[in-house]
Amino acid sequence: MNQKKKLAVVGAGMVAHRLVEAMVERGADEAWDIEVFGDETRPPYDRVALTSFFSDRDPEDLLLGDGELWKRPGVRLYRGSIVSGIDREAKQIHARNTTFDYDRLVLATGSYATVPPVEGSDLPGCFVYRTVDDVAELRAWVLDREAVLGRKVKGAVVGGGLLGLEAAGALTALGADTTVVEFADWLMPLQVDQAGGGALRRIIEQLGVSVRTSTATSKLRAGRDGKVSRMQFADGDRIPADVVVFATGVRPRDELAREAGLELGERGGVIADEACLTSDDSIFAIGEVAHIAGRVWGLVGPGYSMAEVVADRLLGGDATFEGADLSTKLKLLGVDVASFGDAFAATNGSLEVVYADPTAGVYKKLVMSDDAQTLLGGMLVGDASAYTNLRPMVGRALGSDPTAWLLPEGMEPPSGSSLPDEANVCSCNNVTAGTIRGAVTDHQCTDIAAVKQCTKAGTSCGSCVSLVKKLMETQMAEEGLEVSTALCEHFSVTRAQLFDIVRVSEISTFSELIDKHGTGRGCDICRPVVASILASLGKGHVLEGENATLQDTNDHVMANLQKDGTYSVVPRIPGGEVTPAGLIAIGQVASDFGLYTKITGGQRIDLFGARIEQLPEIWQRLVDAGFESGHAYGKSLRTVKSCVGQSWCRYGVQDSTTLAIDLELRYRGLRSPHKLKLAVSGCARECAEARGKDVGIVATDKGWNLYVGGNGGFTPRHAQLFAEDLSTEELVQAIDRFLMYYIRTADRLQRTAPWLEAIEGGIDAVRAVVFEDSLGIAADLDAAMAAHVDTYEDEWAATLADEKKLLRFASFVNAPETPDPDLVYVEERGQRRPADDEERAVLIAGASIPVRDAEVTV
Amino acid sequence: MTAWERVCELDALVPDRGAAALIGGHQVALFRLSDTGEVHAVDHLDPFSQANVMARGLVGSRKGVPTVASPMHKQSFDLRTGKCLDDPEVSLQVWPARVTDGWVEIQVDARSSAA
Repeated sequence: MNQKKKLAVVGAGMVAHRLVEAMVERGADEAWDIEVFGDETRPPYDRVALTSFFSDRDPEDLLLGDGELWKRPGVRLYRGSIVSGIDREAKQIHARNTTFDYDRLVLATGSYATVPPVEGSDLPGCFVYRTVDDVAELRAWVLDREAVLGRKVKGAVVGGGLLGLEAAGALTALGADTTVVEFADWLMPLQVDQAGGGALRRIIEQLGVSVRTSTATSKLRAGRDGKVSRMQFADGDRIPADVVVFATGVRPRDELAREAGLELGERGGVIADEACLTSDDSIFAIGEVAHIAGRVWGLVGPGYSMAEVVADRLLGGDATFEGADLSTKLKLLGVDVASFGDAFAATNGSLEVVYADPTAGVYKKLVMSDDAQTLLGGMLVGDASAYTNLRPMVGRALGSDPTAWLLPEGMEPPSGSSLPDEANVCSCNNVTAGTIRGAVTDHQCTDIAAVKQCTKAGTSCGSCVSLVKKLMETQMAEEGLEVSTALCEHFSVTRAQLFDIVRVSEISTFSELIDKHGTGRGCDICRPVVASILASLGKGHVLEGENATLQDTNDHVMANLQKDGTYSVVPRIPGGEVTPAGLIAIGQVASDFGLYTKITGGQRIDLFGARIEQLPEIWQRLVDAGFESGHAYGKSLRTVKSCVGQSWCRYGVQDSTTLAIDLELRYRGLRSPHKLKLAVSGCARECAEARGKDVGIVATDKGWNLYVGGNGGFTPRHAQLFAEDLSTEELVQAIDRFLMYYIRTADRLQRTAPWLEAIEGGIDAVRAVVFEDSLGIAADLDAAMAAHVDTYEDEWAATLADEKKLLRFASFVNAPETPDPDLVYVEERGQRRPADDEERAVLIAGASIPVRDAEVTV
Repeated sequence: MTAWERVCELDALVPDRGAAALIGGHQVALFRLSDTGEVHAVDHLDPFSQANVMARGLVGSRKGVPTVASPMHKQSFDLRTGKCLDDPEVSLQVWPARVTDGWVEIQVDARSSAA
């Protein structure tokens, strides 16, 4: 262990994260102790997605990886730690008021956002756009100024490039009137040409953002309160500005290297060779601080490649970085912009094929070789859907009339097999088509999740996922592997397809369905799925007739099976609101039947240890006391959790409890692909933890914010913002449609979070279905939910009224009321629990001993 | 010596759904299959969880073999032989079962009741 060498990494951004990840993946942490120093207080996060912080509002969501990386032995992350110097002689760095030894050092310090020398650029209200803290401060400033000024905030962004438009989008989202000021003659001059910039300008102006090009900012003036209030231009014109964001570019953070005497580029950046080694052969430079192959590289993709090179070198490899693809595809202010290859037609004799539709806000250009055969590059503004398929084709024959790629309906994507192995499919992570095919042939990956995990393709920006999927499926077909979406061995279709079959046919029984569309007798997978589909479509009660044989024991006896074969019972307590009389009634039942009681996470009460033959008697008592089934056993709505809300809480802004009760009563009994949990919080403090639910609702002073796709459990997920400031009526309709669409299209046991990931178009597509009726099914979804609400009946009350159904609760067919003789309990903390093996052995042998200060009862 | 013991009327068994029976101190799980009409009898005790629950498992088929899946952790068993299809080391005891005059009968012998 003492033989381990020390690697110090200065900087804890995306590239540093990738370096450590690559080291750990290759087992290099066996030989190296890795220490990472970052000046920000957060672990590495996704800086590319910074703007999403405005809509998601939770910086935790931006963190890279699951945090496990930093908990590994031999890997250490020092947050909030500025490295003040490098002693190359002693091979030490200075940080945290002490020194750290290194054998190898990696500089991954990234860039600064630059602020041009404009008078007044240091006034309060002037920001840059680089870190989560920048964005958080900007957000707080805008909201505060809006409150103080009592009007819309005027915002100005200096810089009309990629970052500037991101910032403009962020300001607009915060409700500011925004002006973008660009020194060049058009927007995004590094990515698109003048015509493309013009198209972009038209689209952005239609969104309410003002644009000034060919304009230099000369001065910023403060108002009487000392805060920025006016922006003056070189041409003498001026505009009001309550907030200013500088997005004029970045400069490598190379001062540590400069002080240490490392060689620097003319315009900054630490000079490094193709191994990413600087002029000191113990020091590497990667990411935006590195000056390699004649330039610095300001995108994350090349930075990742450099990180991989250094990881390889540290392990004795000879990987090199020789430049990278600078293609970009972005969504700025909701507008697609992409630029790839030789976008400016710099190649001699190249031809430009242009398609422009100003009314639709689309500008597309392909740059072709002089014989119009080979694709050299291109730019897409307004509609970049062809980007994923076009970019890997750069340097290759397009094989068809290039104009076909530009026309709205004419795009013929290349088939998965036509793409050469060396074509780069995922530029963020540098994954080739060959690597993806290899995941299928050499690593037995047969679904997109496995391919993503195996190759990392599609795990950064995600724009290539559809192409990765196509490549995978084509390769699987070539290998003779079936691209299986089959539910199980009895049905060759997916749950969603089965749902449609049942919906459009007259089929209402399992036997008819398996006769016509399946094989065999079914199994523990397809039987419950069919039961759930039939129930969701209102084709017969879950316990009626033949459907009864499809249900897991939980659904069959409407209780939850426990480890000893007894069940737990959960009466519904809508919204977690219960009267004292109700509590007493539940307590009395528990006491009379000797049931163990525990409060659940869903704000209700679980009663454990009910034997199957006791269930009807227990439920008769509960139904008489006014309770109904809580469906704790079903793949259906569980609870709508709530905080107490404005009726009692001094912070509440809406009546969260009433809404929660209304929603729970509306969706109770609704059968779905997996369990559904909802929650309603009465203010932004979010005491109901709504963002951990499939559907979470948070009150605002204007209405309700709706979040979807959250869950706890094994893979916890935060729900994402779906819509803001809805009225109660709008909210209920949106949830109706969201849930019904999920029920129709999700896979078996697929909760809402993975469903949103898997569904084509993701959350945006679902939002379009719900709010814009993009599929024309909204009325259908509404009607389906209305039918559910109209036909709901309490399953337990109905069962108690049906002699025939009660037969299933017999403990033994020839001794219906005899308890299972093998059940053994011990008492613990005043209640009973099943005896463990040791206790059982003793008890069955007839002895009676106290167990952990507890009384023994049999 | 073997004896057939009457357990219940056939009509008391729901096709494709199990029912537990108490036979001479043994807990037995009975299954009546809808397609063949056969009745199978196996241990009610789930060997994996040691709970008496097998009769509450879902009936199905795997590659033509009639099965029951433990409701506890879903291991499947061959209803005809009692063999676990997910773990060859494990099996359920099987009792010969027949239907006579509309009654389900199970054969109980000295060996099995000692198991």
